[in-house]
Amino acid sequence: MTGEPFYNFAYLDEQTKRMIRRAILKAIAIPGYQVPFASREMPMPYGWGTGGVQVTAAIIGRDDVLKVIDQGADDTTNAVSIRAFFQKVTNVAVTTDTGAATIIQTRHRIPEHPLIDGQIIVYQVPIPEPLRFLEPRETETRTMHALEEYGLMHVKLYEDIARHGEIATTYAYPVKVEGRYVMDPSPTPKFDNPKMHMSPALQLFGAGRERRIYAIPPYSDVVSLDFDDHPFTVQRFDKPCALCGGDDVYLDEVIMDDRGTRMFVCSDTAHCDGRRSEGHVGKQAAVEEARR
Amino acid sequence: MSDPLVVSGVAKSFTMHLRGGLRLPVVDNVSVRVARGECVVLGGPSGAGKSSILKMLYGNYAVDGGEILVTHDGETVDLARASPRQVLQLRRNVIGYVSQFLRTVPRVSALDVVAEPLIARGHDAEASRQQASALLDRLNLPHALWSLPPATFSGGEQQRVNIARGFITEHPVLLLDEPTASLDAQNRRVVIAMIDEKKRAGTALLGIFHDEEVREAVADRIIDVTAFRPAREAA
Amino acid sequence: MSDQPLMTARGVTKIYGERIGCEAVDLDIYPGEIVAIVGESGSGKTTLLNCLSARLAPSAGSIYYRMRDGRLQDLYAMGEAERRFLMRTDWGFVHQNPADGLRMGVSAGANVGERLMAVGERHYGRIRDTALDWLERVEISTDRIDDRPNAFSGGMRQRLQIARNLVTGPRLVFMDEPTGGLDVSVQARLLDLLRGLVGELGLAAIVVTHDLAVARLLSQRIMVMKDGRVIEHGLTDRVLDDPREPYTQLLVSSILQV
Repeated sequence: MTGEPFYNFAYLDEQTKRMIRRAILKAIAIPGYQVPFASREMPMPYGWGTGGVQVTAAIIGRDDVLKVIDQGADDTTNAVSIRAFFQKVTNVAVTTDTGAATIIQTRHRIPEHPLIDGQIIVYQVPIPEPLRFLEPRETETRTMHALEEYGLMHVKLYEDIARHGEIATTYAYPVKVEGRYVMDPSPTPKFDNPKMHMSPALQLFGAGRERRIYAIPPYSDVVSLDFDDHPFTVQRFDKPCALCGGDDVYLDEVIMDDRGTRMFVCSDTAHCDGRRSEGHVGKQAAVEEARR
Repeated sequence: MSDPLVVSGVAKSFTMHLRGGLRLPVVDNVSVRVARGECVVLGGPSGAGKSSILKMLYGNYAVDGGEILVTHDGETVDLARASPRQVLQLRRNVIGYVSQFLRTVPRVSALDVVAEPLIARGHDAEASRQQASALLDRLNLPHALWSLPPATFSGGEQQRVNIARGFITEHPVLLLDEPTASLDAQNRRVVIAMIDEKKRAGTALLGIFHDEEVREAVADRIIDVTAFRPAREAA
Repeated sequence: MSDQPLMTARGVTKIYGERIGCEAVDLDIYPGEIVAIVGESGSGKTTLLNCLSARLAPSAGSIYYRMRDGRLQDLYAMGEAERRFLMRTDWGFVHQNPADGLRMGVSAGANVGERLMAVGERHYGRIRDTALDWLERVEISTDRIDDRPNAFSGGMRQRLQIARNLVTGPRLVFMDEPTGGLDVSVQARLLDLLRGLVGELGLAAIVVTHDLAVARLLSQRIMVMKDGRVIEHGLTDRVLDDPREPYTQLLVSSILQV
């Protein structure tokens, strides 16, 4: 296919990219603050990551190396189609290797491999407003952010404990950034919340339908909200990954057959593949190896 | 030392705006002085304005003119011109009032109705209730009624609750509007004894008693309110 | 009785275009006192209440409030942050319709606890204990703490709204027809509860009502409003037993006797 003459580099025109970059700069200057931006129609439906795609399109350059994940995996529909989209409209290098990427666009996960200086992670966000659950009025939530009235956030956590005996929120778990703005970390599992704290990477969040961009600059203080007597904790898995034997990673449950056999495997496929190529073997992988 | 209650030149009329501004004069030039330890009784036929006079002295009715000087702790306030807050303060600390009818409050027990004025003055709630019990006991109110709201009590029972409520505090001025009207002979005698005690304690009492026996027993002076009849009926 | 007013309003006027909401209202509220504002619908009592409670900026006039540290502050000159903080700590607002003052989607406990969390309480156990205590004080069975108010009766909702407002120990509570829309027996219970709490906590309150019986039971002072103006004010029993103004006489004579 020669050239795709009808589209600018990264699909968006340069003025739009500038507009989005100005929003991003403002977001970086006010960590955790939701900056409104003029979200464009993208050639994919809302809910497919149009916010993240616009952020990525605005910052990507010809030398960048892009990784796209969905639920931690590089090979799911959403990840594959967004990666293909950017290959088509930018022709940049793509990778599944977290360490090799300069931009990582993600839905629902932060890679297990620690992010480093100079990397940018772009989150796709469906509902950017953490207070929306209890306060439907946008005018009111904006005032609450402006005046730092965040009692309502704890009302949600209180309800969790009253109902479930513990804070049952396991994803989109609210955080406070740099001691000021309370922010929704997008539907990532709370397992990943600690990775946001003091991350060397720049973290950008784009919500296409809701037209908001927010950011966490590198090395920012990110605190998960909690109660003194019900402190924030992350979920622990009692078994290692069935394929690579990895501990301290986020696992997905996979149903194996109609009899309900299940296995738990890394949600971060690149991380799992990496470990296995280094020779780590999980329980299930060993069984399959023996069967061969 | 000036007398606790000095009333002079007080006038009262009602203007009935719903009846074309009809003006009904009630009393004029009311002048009464009550000394400490004295019980002054207002006499005269029904409709002469006795109850209205007590209501003015309690701040319940506004006055058209004149002075109602109330002296307590060396401080004199003209109740006829006092602000609502001053009137409330006088009621709390200086002027007590036993009305003809008890205004009941839903769900509040007889005992608490009686104890309330003491509690409102900052007395300990339990001690106040004990004092209330003693008074209700003395007035022969059946124990079974103490914990019930008085709304359903008979007239005599309500009146005894009302008397106990009025007598429980040590207000230096006490206004009594027919406190014995619906009491039997035994309870009337209790009230007479209670009034005597108040007099001995130095309370200035001003009351209306239709019952001759009670009036004779408690009155130091009787003032005929027909003397305060307005000069001429308005057109 | 403190001699310094908690709130001082002078010349409070609210004009909606050609129409007058309320006009030239003066009012002093002292700590621990209850003032009733009575009048018919459209007499301006709710407009006045909204002006006094910083929910509606008046067109003219001034409203000063004595802060806990004793400073007298111009309500509408203070910053929004300070005003909102005042509203959710030192003040309460009881709406006629409890759904306007409650979060219907969260439990009774969270409704009571919200103000505590808003002022920085971060101990779940303490929040819950306080909520339990308050449910008891407003006569809601403590085993309903995790139920949502949409499962409550009207009277219970109103009591919950009161608990939610009083949990931070406010000094001034605004009430807009607090017993409106309740059955008479439920009204009586609520009034008694309010009377008790107000006395016990030494609250000052401004109560808007069209029900003179409510005014008599709760308030020491009363303001009668007509066409946006205060036409008569004074001791509650004086105004109700010896009304001076034609309109007040009409109001008082219109009460049904039981």
